[in-house]
Amino acid sequence: MTTKETISEVLEKSYPYGFLTDIETEKIPKGINESIVRLISQKKNEPEFLLDFRLKALRQWQKMKEPEWANLNYPHIDYQDIIYYSAPKDIEKKSSLEEVDAEILETFNKLGIPLNEQKRLSNVAVDAVFDSVSIATTFKEKLGKEGVIFCSISEAVQKYPDLVKRYLGKVVPINDNFFAALNSAVFSDGSFVFIPKNTQCPMELSSYFRINSGDTGQFERTLIVAEESSSVSYLEGCTAPMFDTNTLHAAVVELVALDDASIKYSTVQNWYAGDKDGKGGIYNFVTKRGRCKGNRSKISWSQVETGSSITWKYPSCLLEGEDSIGEFYSVALTNNKQIADTGTKMIHLGKNTKSTIISKGISAGHSKNSYRGLVQISPKAIGAKNYSQCDSLLIGDQAEANTYPYIQSKQKDASIEHEASTSKISEDQLFYLQSRGIGNEEAISMMVSGFCRDVFNHLPMEFASEADSLLGLKLEGSVG
Amino acid sequence: MTSKKIILEIKNLYASIENKLILNGVNLTVNEGEIHAIMGRNGSGKSTLSKIIAGDPIYTINKGEIYYENQNIEDLEPEERSNKGIFLGFQYPVEIPGVKNIDFLRVAVNSRRKDLNQSELDTFEFEEWVEDKLDIVKMNKSFLDRAVNEGFSGGEKKRNEILQMALLQPNLSILDETDSGLDIDALRIVASGINRLHSEKKATILITHYQRLLNEIKPDFVHIMENGKIIKTGGKELAIELEESGYEAIQNESKIS
Repeated sequence: MTTKETISEVLEKSYPYGFLTDIETEKIPKGINESIVRLISQKKNEPEFLLDFRLKALRQWQKMKEPEWANLNYPHIDYQDIIYYSAPKDIEKKSSLEEVDAEILETFNKLGIPLNEQKRLSNVAVDAVFDSVSIATTFKEKLGKEGVIFCSISEAVQKYPDLVKRYLGKVVPINDNFFAALNSAVFSDGSFVFIPKNTQCPMELSSYFRINSGDTGQFERTLIVAEESSSVSYLEGCTAPMFDTNTLHAAVVELVALDDASIKYSTVQNWYAGDKDGKGGIYNFVTKRGRCKGNRSKISWSQVETGSSITWKYPSCLLEGEDSIGEFYSVALTNNKQIADTGTKMIHLGKNTKSTIISKGISAGHSKNSYRGLVQISPKAIGAKNYSQCDSLLIGDQAEANTYPYIQSKQKDASIEHEASTSKISEDQLFYLQSRGIGNEEAISMMVSGFCRDVFNHLPMEFASEADSLLGLKLEGSVG
Repeated sequence: MTSKKIILEIKNLYASIENKLILNGVNLTVNEGEIHAIMGRNGSGKSTLSKIIAGDPIYTINKGEIYYENQNIEDLEPEERSNKGIFLGFQYPVEIPGVKNIDFLRVAVNSRRKDLNQSELDTFEFEEWVEDKLDIVKMNKSFLDRAVNEGFSGGEKKRNEILQMALLQPNLSILDETDSGLDIDALRIVASGINRLHSEKKATILITHYQRLLNEIKPDFVHIMENGKIIKTGGKELAIELEESGYEAIQNESKIS
């Protein structure tokens, strides 16, 4: 009889982005305290208000305790053993790409993110972030003509301090949670997007985050503001080299949508997940929140989470404006010893607010994949509606899938629907597809794509197929 | 007389699942152009035989060989067997949620075409090509946009199997109880599809409980299987005999002889 490849075998394949770029970096001493925070702020030549913001956050953070409610079981993180700022030497503000270190350009080339004029993705502007700093932002001028600001947050602090001051920390307050407070104190860089009134952003915006240093924490800050009747679609991608130590990544993303504005935020997260025994990998503890401030505003989160040893995040929507809409479409795939605890919070505050949640969790290997979500309807949210669908797919018989839906409604007329399912890729399905000439790996990835179809339909066109093949890649070597 | 090409040759095959012996020394030779019917009671091993030929990894071969077009296929994966032209029509076709039938069929067909050194068909070419084949099983185009077998009725699932057979153009088709659960109209559609797809260069094995399928498709040989082996082989008349006197009589008779 045939030698059967087991599901677990098809799931183990190498991580193609795990290389390390050898360049000189400038790092500050390990640890966190007031003088470190002052040093970061000083290095970045920040205005007074931002230093105050950081120090306030630091003091809050020092009083807070690391949360344990998610039962993630990771070893204790020594926050004094992390370097909070690392930058390639002499990188601060290059006016043109020619000045950017060739090694770094090559790194992004290898990752499939060419930054050179000629090779750029034709309809996508990219902000490339390498360790703690933004290396380059493409198509800046073209966007500038429309009044769209797309730059690193450090640059925005220098050039548009009023805008940053007005919106920073207004969606995720500095004391929101332990990791958000830490980020607020030490954030290094990230992207800033501002779409003025009545403007449809002419191209997809994309940030690409690359962690290179092994002992450096990653604390990006992203802020996107869409003024009245504007719209934007933004995508972030992430990779990191393979280290056998764990790296902490605690980003904060804030979105603000004013009247009739819409923001679509998509993530393809592929941080290094650790090896098959769970050694190494990124701790991805991220706070993402969008505020539908305006009437008829809309915020839509799409995420494809495939990397990190532990993912812990809940991209959420505060639905304040009347008739505002929040959406969350998620695919989370875990393999080997990965853990993902992810979901969303939809907070209905305004009248006739609507939210949709579609979550697809795929667990393979010995991984643990949980959906955790909150739908909250306040007394004032007359006519609020929510629809949630949470499906889990198990591959092999060692993986775990959990669903924790929390529903709190103080509005008796609210309509809340929740559907959940758990299924398994069976040997029968696999044999059926194989007997039609479709190999093991292709069969599994076909079934996984089928399972995720509802979510892929919501990704920007350019990235839907990328996400599809990424899942295929992640599942290679896993079948039984 | 020109000698016919041997498509399938099974020699003294013993096979088991979880240490339970199911096949007990099966011998079977199928030449091109022939239609064989294998009949037998539930648990006699006929479905197991068909899955083993297709390469289902849950079974273990303990002894004996299977040759397909003179090649020992024991070490081939199920997908390799399919690509070489072995087709198994499932008794219980499996549902694949979310995967569109047409996408599944295209991947399957292109996989087979690669083996035949034919160019792969793109989405548009395939769509045209598949529409021609739908008529064989009287299927509506809308079947193509539904998820594979999901929510299909029993008859629809079986017709989808025959559609796959039409698309993959196998040299050896093994149809495992394709007639079960079909009403008489659906049975005729499926049977006429099988008849249309059979030719002088191909071989077909029908696994069935009932004689009624054999009224629609004329077998050259009928084999009776019992306790994991073929206990009697004959022509069409054997199926009729079986229908009249039952398995018991044939079993006793074979013990005596």
